[in-house]
Amino acid sequence: MSPTFLIIVLIALSVFGYYCGRARATAMVSGRVRELHSRPSYYGSYIALWCAVPAFAVAAGWLIFQPAITANIVVSSLPEALKNLPPDRLGLLSNDIHNLADGNIVSRTADPAMIAAADQLNYYRSVGNSALFVIAFVIAIAGGSYARSRLSPTLRARNQVETAVRCFLIACSLIAIVTTIGIVLSLILESIRFFGKVSVLEFLFGTEWSPQTALRKDQVGASGAFGAIPLFAGTLLITAIAVIVALPIGLFSAIYLSDYASQRVRSIAKPLLEILAGIPTVVYGFFAALTVAPYLRELGNTLGLDVASESALAAGLVMGIMIIPVISSLSDDVINAVPQSLRDGSYALGATQSETITKVILPAALPGIFAAFLLAVSRAIGETMIVVMAAGLAANLTANPFEAVTTVTVQIVTLLVGDQEFDSAKTLAAFALGLLLFCVTLAVNIVALHVVRKYREQYE
Amino acid sequence: MSDISGSASIADTNESAKKQASDQIKRRYAAERRFKAYGVIAIVLAMSALVWLLASITFTGYQAFVQTYVKLDIQFETQTIDPQGTRNPQTLARANYAALYKGAIRDRFPEVKKRRDKRSLTRMISSGADLQLRDMVLADPSIIGTRQSVWLVASDEVDQFAKGAYDRKSPEADRPFKDKQIAWFDALVASDALEKQFNFPFFTSGTSREPELAGIWGAIVGSFWTMLVTLILSLPVGVAAAIYLQEFAPKNRWTDLIEVNINNLAAVPSIVFGLLGLAVFLNFFELPRSAPVVGGMVLALMTLPTIIIATRAALSAVPPSIREAALGVGASKQQMVTHHVLPLALPGILTGTIIGMARALGETAPLLMIGMVAFIVDIPDGPMTPSTVLPIQIFLWSDLPERAFVERTSAAILVLLAFLIAMNAIAILLRKKFERRW
Repeated sequence: MSPTFLIIVLIALSVFGYYCGRARATAMVSGRVRELHSRPSYYGSYIALWCAVPAFAVAAGWLIFQPAITANIVVSSLPEALKNLPPDRLGLLSNDIHNLADGNIVSRTADPAMIAAADQLNYYRSVGNSALFVIAFVIAIAGGSYARSRLSPTLRARNQVETAVRCFLIACSLIAIVTTIGIVLSLILESIRFFGKVSVLEFLFGTEWSPQTALRKDQVGASGAFGAIPLFAGTLLITAIAVIVALPIGLFSAIYLSDYASQRVRSIAKPLLEILAGIPTVVYGFFAALTVAPYLRELGNTLGLDVASESALAAGLVMGIMIIPVISSLSDDVINAVPQSLRDGSYALGATQSETITKVILPAALPGIFAAFLLAVSRAIGETMIVVMAAGLAANLTANPFEAVTTVTVQIVTLLVGDQEFDSAKTLAAFALGLLLFCVTLAVNIVALHVVRKYREQYE
Repeated sequence: MSDISGSASIADTNESAKKQASDQIKRRYAAERRFKAYGVIAIVLAMSALVWLLASITFTGYQAFVQTYVKLDIQFETQTIDPQGTRNPQTLARANYAALYKGAIRDRFPEVKKRRDKRSLTRMISSGADLQLRDMVLADPSIIGTRQSVWLVASDEVDQFAKGAYDRKSPEADRPFKDKQIAWFDALVASDALEKQFNFPFFTSGTSREPELAGIWGAIVGSFWTMLVTLILSLPVGVAAAIYLQEFAPKNRWTDLIEVNINNLAAVPSIVFGLLGLAVFLNFFELPRSAPVVGGMVLALMTLPTIIIATRAALSAVPPSIREAALGVGASKQQMVTHHVLPLALPGILTGTIIGMARALGETAPLLMIGMVAFIVDIPDGPMTPSTVLPIQIFLWSDLPERAFVERTSAAILVLLAFLIAMNAIAILLRKKFERRW
């Protein structure tokens, strides 16, 4: 009795309940539907809801708690010698038993006690699943029959169904808040554990980042240093390069497209710019690592410059290409939002088009352009794949764009991909970095959104 | 303007004023032209960046769609495959097929005698050739004991040489493909036993350590399961949330908070969603690592704001007269929404959903966090089996040193871009076909 089968059965039951209720409602008033309080389909939905919702709720609760309960039973029935192991060894053992029961590879040779425990686990699991199936089935039938017994021409079925639907709608709209809370809580809780091992000040103001923790106590350089300054510096350097590339190109494209370009040019160039926004970042990363970085290196060699093969310049340049559409499309919007009367007034005074743009339109659109700039910055700070593939790994406190630097996002990825020891300072550091990243981008976004909103009000 | 000091100099000053004015106008027009040129340059730069990117990927990638094959006369010796003659599939599956193709290529070049040369000769054929022969035998056991000429996959070095990756005139030490191999290669070409064919295995097999055997089908199937979970979760929830906020929600502090929240979630870096998935789905709920179901859940949370924002825009584009007419004939508010507003807003909702899904399909960073980077050869058969997705396959291959993998990475990117272009094209068509203006 797999959960999928249970879901199918429950859905089939509620569909049956729906038709049943509809037919019953019509039969109650012998076909004169006008005498019902609600349309017949609402009586059907009423029964279907009573069928499905309680049964699904019970099933979900059951499936969440079943693994913990069966594991407890199995552990408590182990022989005394195994049961008295220290907690971490016991956890390992129960892991092995689970793997054994699933038929996976086990890290040690199985002894008879473990095989017995695994068999027992499988037995409890199958008993649990069958019991769940029976219980859910009974609840569904009971709910359906209860609802059916309540059917009467005066039952306010529509209002009840609509209340249920409304609750569902509200629950869905709360998911956005739950997600935010989930992000904040998970980041903060793990960060607190991290700051239990490394002080906040060292993290925020330390200038050395080398997160390797020791395998052996006497290892050289094993202490691990968690000073995030070099990461901020690297992130800022790459972001600055990206913005220096993207801001003029994006802004001038927006100006040209909104005030100079003919309808035809506009209809071709705008979608092409949008394509830049639609290309996956892993593609930009590959492009940066494989095409741009070697090209820059060669260019540097011919000019007598020493350009690292993972230079900040390559990553920043490609990231700049990626954020051009962010700046251009937002700036385009705000430039178009400047009222035509301002343009006409300026032209009437004899100003040329460029003078109108630089002296009238741009000042009027400046808050919006500033917001576009901020959103581009926040995209660049949070961008991951380009820097993971094209920027360096070693923390390097430098302002030289030809050298390799590393960023906050690169470090999060390198700390978390690979070994997963969840309580080492190394993995927890990733969450502290994530918290920082979240806070910085959130602050930038809030300012940007606020500016955009204020600006819209101004001209509406 | 010019000051009038004396009548004699009026003409003079007029002249100079005119000149001054025309100079000024010239300057201003020049500035105008310059300014316009900046705009053109900006557009051209942006476009050329796009062209450079697409061109460089296409030029490295298109060759991976063909693959070099070598034709060998294989003697399917009974002695090697099935000495007892039982034709038992288990026996057949375990036989030493490598010996067959190795023997065949040594027979093709009987003059090769030295051990080292023999080894580099057999390395001309992909090490996956034995599986190819095994599948042939399992499909049709009657070929045992016969002699067949078979096109076998060449090794990646032969493939790269055939595609012109190594210059045969460069010094031997500089290239992995040595002079002897070039001689064998030429001999094979001369006897029409080496040619490039369309690379079907690239589209039908999972990944591999050997570039010539690596394919993207496993990643595509993984992407499919992930996207399916994302769609099933994010579309109903997103549309329901948007309906509530747009049609039912009272205007108060709470709904304001939800709105600000959604706008902010849309701008949260994707990697943060990955951290959320790692901390909540993997560590707290102990869901399986590397499974499409977890990836789909993370991507669904990421896509949700996009769908909500698009749905709200589509709903608000439906004119109020339709709502009022529905309410006027006695529909309840929910009936009005489900019977009238939602069907009219559907094209807009679908367009937004497709665009959101296209973004999710190209997303890599959050999936790295939840362990979808594992090396998985098998084709995933459901949302709970470990798998990888297309963008991550690209990321993994891009790290590998073999030249042939660079080519395959680019080809995988082309496939990914093709999917994205198709999805966006569908979205645009939907919008064009069903867009209504009231």
